[in-house]
Amino acid sequence: MSIRCRFHMEYLVFIVLLILLHGSRGEVPTRPISAVTILPPVKPDDGPQAFPNADKANLPVFTMDYPRIQIPFEITLWVLLASFAKIGFHVYHKITIWVPESCLLISIGLIVGGIMFSVHEEPPAVLSSNVFFLYMLPPIVLDSGYFMPTRPFFENIGTVLWFAVVGTLWNSIGIGMSLFAICQIEAFGVQDINLQENLLFATIISAVDPVAVLSVFEDVSVNEQLYIVVFGECLFNDAVTVVLYNMFNFVAEMPVVEPVDVFLGVARFFVVGLGGMGFGVLFGFVAAFTTRFTSRVREIEPLFIFMYSYLAYLVAELFAISSIMAIVTCALTMKYYVEENVSQRSCTTIRHVVKMLGSISETLIFFFLGVVTITTEHEWNWGYILFTLLFAFIWRGLGVLVLTQIINPFRTIPFNMKDQFGLAYGGLRGAISFALVFTLPDNIGRKQLFVTATIAIILFTVFLQGISIRPLIEYINVRRTNRNLDTINVEVHCRLMEHTIAGIEDLCGQWSHFYWKDKFMKFNNRILRRILIRDNRAESSIVALYKKLELQNAMEILDTVTGDISAAPSIVSLYRGNKVAAKPKKKFKAADLKNMHDILSKNMYKIRQRTVAFTGKHALPNDSQTKEILIRRHASIRRSLRPGSFQTTVVPKSHKYFSLPAGKSLDSKFPPGRLSYTGETLKPLLTPQHLMSPFDFTLIWQKTSFLLHLDTTSPFKTK
Amino acid sequence: MGSNSSNMNHIPDGQQLLQDTGFSAAQIIRLYERFEFLDKDNTGHLRPEDLETVPDLDMNPIGARIIGAFFPPGKETLDFGSFVRILAHFLPADSNRTRAGAQQEPANSTTGKLRFAFQLYDQDRDGKISRDELLQVLRSMLGLQVTEEQLQCIAERAIQEADADKDDAISFDEFRKSLEKVDIDHKMSIRFLR
Repeated sequence: MSIRCRFHMEYLVFIVLLILLHGSRGEVPTRPISAVTILPPVKPDDGPQAFPNADKANLPVFTMDYPRIQIPFEITLWVLLASFAKIGFHVYHKITIWVPESCLLISIGLIVGGIMFSVHEEPPAVLSSNVFFLYMLPPIVLDSGYFMPTRPFFENIGTVLWFAVVGTLWNSIGIGMSLFAICQIEAFGVQDINLQENLLFATIISAVDPVAVLSVFEDVSVNEQLYIVVFGECLFNDAVTVVLYNMFNFVAEMPVVEPVDVFLGVARFFVVGLGGMGFGVLFGFVAAFTTRFTSRVREIEPLFIFMYSYLAYLVAELFAISSIMAIVTCALTMKYYVEENVSQRSCTTIRHVVKMLGSISETLIFFFLGVVTITTEHEWNWGYILFTLLFAFIWRGLGVLVLTQIINPFRTIPFNMKDQFGLAYGGLRGAISFALVFTLPDNIGRKQLFVTATIAIILFTVFLQGISIRPLIEYINVRRTNRNLDTINVEVHCRLMEHTIAGIEDLCGQWSHFYWKDKFMKFNNRILRRILIRDNRAESSIVALYKKLELQNAMEILDTVTGDISAAPSIVSLYRGNKVAAKPKKKFKAADLKNMHDILSKNMYKIRQRTVAFTGKHALPNDSQTKEILIRRHASIRRSLRPGSFQTTVVPKSHKYFSLPAGKSLDSKFPPGRLSYTGETLKPLLTPQHLMSPFDFTLIWQKTSFLLHLDTTSPFKTK
Repeated sequence: MGSNSSNMNHIPDGQQLLQDTGFSAAQIIRLYERFEFLDKDNTGHLRPEDLETVPDLDMNPIGARIIGAFFPPGKETLDFGSFVRILAHFLPADSNRTRAGAQQEPANSTTGKLRFAFQLYDQDRDGKISRDELLQVLRSMLGLQVTEEQLQCIAERAIQEADADKDDAISFDEFRKSLEKVDIDHKMSIRFLR
């Protein structure tokens, strides 16, 4: 699998680089400040460089042609530099706990920018608006959209839209008006900024940025509801920002504003928002439909995902509607159907590449934010900038307060004060504002001031709020009592109770959204699945997931065969000491207790909801918990179907390939006698406490595909 | 609420449930809608299979036990009254309105909630959590990397901590005592929609 995967990745990275190259070559800088370092490539003479002039006497043995490769070379170097910075942070792990990665990257960018400034070199025009919006932003948004947990998202969609639309409007208008009031004061010397320009600027800086927020939130364990709302708000306020920005831009050039323009603005908002979603859904369905026919060309399956989502983004940009919404809805729609159609490997490749591209883009963005900060010309105005910071903060806080008051009655789980604080404080601004401010037309007199103010806000929010949000949230949260004071009993029973509550809540259902979800699922099963999915059998979720997971599971077991054998020494001693189960009154030392607590805390299944520490933006989602539960459950179902042909504990005992029975070595061969075809599907794979050498892999593999014949559905098709 | 009680007329035992449990009329109506939704073939009774169709309940490590709690041994069907009475265990204790005729302890008191949790362990209803029962629950809640020996140790320790009368099993009183520091009401309550 690894060779294939590498091939895919190289292929895709190559394409990305090509695109970048092409883009930056054709780039015309929109702002006069930082010129393009990219020299136009020297046209090579006819014929290869090795023979430039016919009249040269000697054959040049060693030549160098830098301008030819300059652009891709520089791009690669920048990407590598940013990635090295990222590696560097994780070497010293403690730093990333307290300082979010975005801050670190900006700092490194600042340093590099300082170096470049002192050498009087200009940075590449990467953060010009075209490059940013067309090349750097889509991968990040695709990453966010693809891995968005759909169920909580749709359950909270009302809240998300409420905050995104009304919240952004509130912020923009509020900040704009207050700044305009400030401008009237003579002392600050900014009287020449009129109302429209203030509103325009306010729109730019009220755009909460997904990149910045998510990279901070991943480090802080926030509860799922909060995460979804902030996440969704970031993604969807793009629609509002685009509309407002264009509207105020247009209006800033007009002397008089008429009511019909406001009305048109509202209409435009709907066009933008719904149009974006519509395009996204359309492209998502087309992508799903395409993958229905790709069973013969597995190698290029991941390509479709990327091409279609990028296409959705570009088409939305073409019509000046919300491209972020387009790509997010495309990814959401696509994911469900595509993951059923494509092969296992393509699925993995897609996830990996999406994560990789998103990660690279994000790193680059923050990095260049730092670089360009140093190298642009600034116009500083104490009064204006400080008041901007103040108002941004105040209006966001007020906005969250008021809006939650209004929407709380409609929510199943209302937001308490801690959540509201998280919402308000977590509104970081980032690169989107930055790029937007650079696209301001030059006829706005105070553009430099706006640029400086935007940078100031971004740095302020990212650094100050980003660094302080974690300790503040920890301080505000009532933490659980110190784990070591809890007894084992309490820990186990509490977890049981939490699972019970989660189960009962599921049983009672999420009432408010249930009706629509149910209708949609019916429509989905009847019509959509039949069109978009290749082998459409109405399967129960358990069976379908089981098949896929069983395959993955088989691969993983064999992957980790030579893995971690190191059982903690105390456990081994416990094993030896506890052979007789009915031994009364074992004495447990403190070290054993601590081990037990560790085992419990690491291995107990997490609750579906509640305070979930998200696995982190940069990690792939971890579904081993689901796998294990489903495997167990399926095992118990099969057990109940065929009483008597199973041993009592089939599954749990057998996964323990970590524990070496006494006397066995790593290379004990898999005794072929254990293989049996009838009924005991899981046994051969999961042989109790015998380790398999890799040579048995092929043997097991063949057996697996045969054995996954489930008696309730049609035979499993190997993909 | 006066206007809602007229809607409750079609709910079996509606008024009785209003009195016995702590639910409001609106909540009972909602629960009835949910009950009807789960009852796919409209028999007025739920069977275990109906409850198993609830998504995410199969992802729950103790999902089967929770469903089992609704169907005590011997009962194959669940009517609406029993459904509501069991769910009443999860009301927050402060929503106890003074009800005329509240004889025994309400279901959503701490004891009631603890008893529900206890019965999740004690599948054979002998009033004690034996070592085996504890092991089963532990096994289902812990990931597969935990070895059998580790499980045994944990179960052993749990019993040691709680077992006051040294009978190698945890009785209900011992269970309650081991959890005396925990805010049961907070942990075992659900916010039902109004």
